[in-house]
Amino acid sequence: MLFLDSLFNGVSIGAVLLIAALGLAIVFGIMGVINLAHGELMMIGAYTTYVVQNGFKLLGDNWFEFYIIFAIPMAFLVAAAVGLMLERWVIRYLYGRPLETLLATWGVSLILQQFVRSVSWSMFVGILLFSLLFFGGIWVLKKRLDFDRLRRPAIAVLLPLSVGIAIAASVLSGNLFKLAFTKPWFGAQGVDVTAPGWLRQGLELGSLYLPYVRLFIIGLTVVCVAGIYLFLQRSPWGLRIRAVTQNRTMSACLGIPTQKVDALTFAIGSGLAGIAGCAISFLGSVGPNTGQNYIVDAFMVVVVGGVGQLFGTIVAAIAIGTVSYLLGSGTIAALVSDVNFLSDFFSFFANTSMARVMVFALIIAFLQVRPAGLFPQKGRTVDA
Amino acid sequence: MSNGFGRRKFLLYGSASLGASLFLKACSNPQDEGTGTTGDSPGETGSPIAQSDGDVIKVGILHSLSGTMAISEKSVVDAEQLAIEEINNAGGVLGKKIQAVVEDGASDWPTFAEKARKLIDQDRVVTVFGCWTSASRKAVLPVFEEKKHMLWYPVQYEGQECSQNIFYTGAAPNQQIEPAVDWLLENKGNQFFLIGSDYVFPRTANTIIKAQVEAKGGQILGEDYIPLGGTEVTPIITKIKAALPDGGVIFNTLNGDSNVAFFKQMQGAGLTPDLYPTMSVSIAEEEVKAIGPEYLQGQYAAWNYFQTVDTPENKKFVEAFKGKYGADRVTNDPMEAAYIMVHLWKQAVEAAGTADDLEAVRKAAIGQTFQAPEGLVTLENNHHISKTVRIGEVRDDGMFEIVYATDSPVVPVPWNQYVADTKGYACDWSDPSKGGKYKMEGA
Repeated sequence: MLFLDSLFNGVSIGAVLLIAALGLAIVFGIMGVINLAHGELMMIGAYTTYVVQNGFKLLGDNWFEFYIIFAIPMAFLVAAAVGLMLERWVIRYLYGRPLETLLATWGVSLILQQFVRSVSWSMFVGILLFSLLFFGGIWVLKKRLDFDRLRRPAIAVLLPLSVGIAIAASVLSGNLFKLAFTKPWFGAQGVDVTAPGWLRQGLELGSLYLPYVRLFIIGLTVVCVAGIYLFLQRSPWGLRIRAVTQNRTMSACLGIPTQKVDALTFAIGSGLAGIAGCAISFLGSVGPNTGQNYIVDAFMVVVVGGVGQLFGTIVAAIAIGTVSYLLGSGTIAALVSDVNFLSDFFSFFANTSMARVMVFALIIAFLQVRPAGLFPQKGRTVDA
Repeated sequence: MSNGFGRRKFLLYGSASLGASLFLKACSNPQDEGTGTTGDSPGETGSPIAQSDGDVIKVGILHSLSGTMAISEKSVVDAEQLAIEEINNAGGVLGKKIQAVVEDGASDWPTFAEKARKLIDQDRVVTVFGCWTSASRKAVLPVFEEKKHMLWYPVQYEGQECSQNIFYTGAAPNQQIEPAVDWLLENKGNQFFLIGSDYVFPRTANTIIKAQVEAKGGQILGEDYIPLGGTEVTPIITKIKAALPDGGVIFNTLNGDSNVAFFKQMQGAGLTPDLYPTMSVSIAEEEVKAIGPEYLQGQYAAWNYFQTVDTPENKKFVEAFKGKYGADRVTNDPMEAAYIMVHLWKQAVEAAGTADDLEAVRKAAIGQTFQAPEGLVTLENNHHISKTVRIGEVRDDGMFEIVYATDSPVVPVPWNQYVADTKGYACDWSDPSKGGKYKMEGA
């Protein structure tokens, strides 16, 4: 029974780590992009869940029980859309420059955090107006043949003009509608995502008690992994992604639209982060720094598993989850209670806080032995 | 591609967006750094006007408006601004309006010290209302002592401090943690499990709780800490089930996001409040709103103030707050403590007849009473205030049902009487020979 209990708990922690790391593994493994904004994409998924939940609350209790079914695809789509924008506007200029990508995505993560803290209707109106006027204006002017000559004066006129109008509209609407417009949508304080009633209980099997929300996350993780596997191995776009991963130049020569492949991969990785955000919102908090709690663990999983290896990521997540559970819950200390010295040693680490220290130490030790992770990729692809 | 996004374009966009963000910041500032009055007095923060120059008295507000602590401290600033506005609308202090200079400590302790210095030297404020974390208070303490200046501090804390330069209007441990433990021992059983975040306050608080529970015949069956912000609590739930298979009391000193994870996962694991009643000391109305009342219903929290406290003063306070900041805002204990400390300062200034002579204000402050939203409070000679202690049970609407309240305000004890190092010591600033830490007679 103890064994079954530990197994379930280890796997359930592992599943949370895995679902958080899955999108990261794809973007990092396939594209070589270290995306520090991954946590914020999870946060966006969590906030999407919150919005969907509030929508369903308005519809009544019966609908509320099933909002998850809509929240998951919505979280995927919203996060994927944000990821797509991120790739188009920032990351595609930085391919092959990992350090710059690292810094840029970190910047993006800070912007996203501050955005959800302070976004209000008046700010939204301002941003929308600015984008419409400025980018719309450029888009219209681009149709003219002499655009190259016009570019600089056009920007010089359009930019201050649209900034001015946007700010004026934002301040005006704030003054006109007062609190209703200036009050942040979400605010700096976290928001409350409540799982439907049936997810808040657990399944009782003898002395074993399995929380439904854990079972749900394990199931969701399995579905996501299977979906990604099938997509990469069986679909035409999956084939293209694998081809670009192996040899970008040759793929381009053979007519594969590598830019589209990049955008698609990044969007899917971001979408998976959104699903992860939806899942963790039933376990923990939903606030501006929600994703930050998971990003370090997610990177650990990817690095231990071996970059670019889906299978390695799975094994690493389950292994790290199980080890941290066994250490933190004192199971190991109880197992070796006959040997005084060992028992003292493990009791010292039998504390959630200290277990984390030990897990990190173990990971560092492991990476000394196998620097490329559990299942290093063979050949000469990853760094290319 | 390469000339599509050149240096020139980058510079252009960069400077434009920088300019825009600066402009936006300037626009949003009047809201944050407002003067409390509706903008009729010069609100420039940098100008070195002398103390009580002209028709205004300058006070400092020093809290985190950015960074991790902004979540909690922003609403405390709102409460302080409300109190200042009320006082100004009623004619001000000594016939002068109060003007608040708001500084952002940015959740960074050295910044707090730096801004405290700036408020005192440059803005020449007559007092500062501020700080939340013990770390920020400890960082500004030397500044206030060096300048012989005055800080009002509104948050419950771990005690073991008694500065002449600080007035503490939140609870000392004997006004929150100790009565909560007593109540649990009396009503909920004597087997305890302690859980907290891994930093100073929970570890200090748990030391006190352990000493107290053991002194009163209870048992501590387990103790665990999560790193601040940690969200994986499965190992702790296993430990709680192993240590307390038939139920028991959980004393929770977790802070921040970990609370959300803890209560969500505890409910999922089937640990219900009837078997595992949980007492929290850092969950108030705002936190309940963020976690979701569904997960907290039936759990307990100990504070001096809840929004549901039934006094005419509280009704007025809640109405005024909602009127100023929106109907969906809630009030909580630190906000109330912040609100009353502004009024206590005002009374002290009026009693002293001056705002500039800090020594006189300090003397006049001792013994001041105020009919606060939480009930009558008195500023004692140890610079802490006597407050009523309450225990609330979370209702389904996220408010607290008050299940216990002391009959009269509890006198504050800054030096803890369960901890060996401080047992027998007390603080008395009304008597220069006693000061911040003296040995009580018969101890």
